Amino acid sequence: MSLWQITSFTIATAIAATLLMMPPGLLLAWLLARRRFRGRVLLETLVSLPLVMPPVATGLILLLLFAPRGPIGRVLSAFGVDVVFTWRAVVLAMTVMGLPLFVRTLRAGIEQVDRRYEAIAATLGARPIRVFFSITLPLALPALVAGAVLGFARAVGEFGATIMIAGSIPGATRTLPVAIYTYAETGRDSEAAILLAVSAAIAAGALWLANHVSSRAGLRA
Amino acid sequence: MIALDFRLDQGGFTLDIRVQLSGRVTVLFGPSGAGKTTILEAVAGLRPPSRGSIALNGRRVYDVANGIDLPAHERHVGYVPQDVLLFPHLNVRRNLLYGQRSGGRLDLRTVTAMLEIEPLLERGTGGLSGGEKQRVALGRALMSAPEILLLDEPLAAVDVELRRRILPYLERIRDEVGVPMIYVTHDRDEARRFADHVVLLDHGSVVRSGPPADVFASPKP
Repeated sequence: MSLWQITSFTIATAIAATLLMMPPGLLLAWLLARRRFRGRVLLETLVSLPLVMPPVATGLILLLLFAPRGPIGRVLSAFGVDVVFTWRAVVLAMTVMGLPLFVRTLRAGIEQVDRRYEAIAATLGARPIRVFFSITLPLALPALVAGAVLGFARAVGEFGATIMIAGSIPGATRTLPVAIYTYAETGRDSEAAILLAVSAAIAAGALWLANHVSSRAGLRA
Repeated sequence: MIALDFRLDQGGFTLDIRVQLSGRVTVLFGPSGAGKTTILEAVAGLRPPSRGSIALNGRRVYDVANGIDLPAHERHVGYVPQDVLLFPHLNVRRNLLYGQRSGGRLDLRTVTAMLEIEPLLERGTGGLSGGEKQRVALGRALMSAPEILLLDEPLAAVDVELRRRILPYLERIRDEVGVPMIYVTHDRDEARRFADHVVLLDHGSVVRSGPPADVFASPKP
């Protein structure tokens, strides 16, 4: 597997993971920022758990759930979908590990939005779902972008959970961090160094994009 | 006909009000802390009373006894808060169109002509003067074809000169559009000039209610 393949595979799976984070992430951020309900603290804890647990432990939980005989894996197997040790497992691990950062960042952004804008939009006839997408989310746009970038960066850097549930199969599940580890372990220092530089470049690019979009959003507001 | 008969408690303050308003323009008059803004928010559906009922033109939008509490987006109430709250991420045109309701009596052309805001349509809201913001907010509320217009001290934040310029627009809305208005002010002259009915409030209850001449003729409470 060439270094280029490893890089493009990692970026593609991280983008897929970032997109997958969005639907549940938007819902969770909105629930936690704007609703008071029973079980809120529990939900908050569950969402943040992957952030504070050892990634390897999160990976093990995912492995137990998604293994062919696991509670979720069994259902997916029935539909002919294998997760464990495939690219899907890579995306799954990235999504679960990036989601807390996305949710926490977006939630903080939503909390900053003056609720009275939402109230005015409601008096103008907008249903809650329209208020969210036309008022709340655009006003929280910098946080949405920042959350997506953090989630993406976390996905690119995912190691512990990935190694548990996806392994390190060259050409199938080997991502940048896993490859760096493997190369460093086996004394292929030059390859490790190149991937190190690639990682830094991806991170810098993501940060630049985030700042660029945020400042443009700031100008517009 | 607007019938307000409700009680609302919030943190030590109690609003207890029972009035029938049949005029085109009703002014809620009284010192700050009298509960004027709270009444508007209760009518708009942004603050729930603890008991009683609210009926707008014979339509019950709130009635504890019968379990009616229409959400703000179903009340068809045009609310212009004191600080107008134009949506900062939308330009003037998109602010005006935000709540546009098909079948409304007023289209964009009529509203912008009446309020003389056509030249502002493509501008952002940030650079508008206080008087322009006020007119755009009025236009935005009118575009939603409200059955009642709630104006919270529309002239409080503007200087005497601007007041002289905006008042005719409000009179135009009153005379040409024919939407009943509840208008909050603590300016006696404004109330006299503008209202057919004045409700004098203090500490959350109605002190006097009637035509301006009668209400202001009696000695100060």
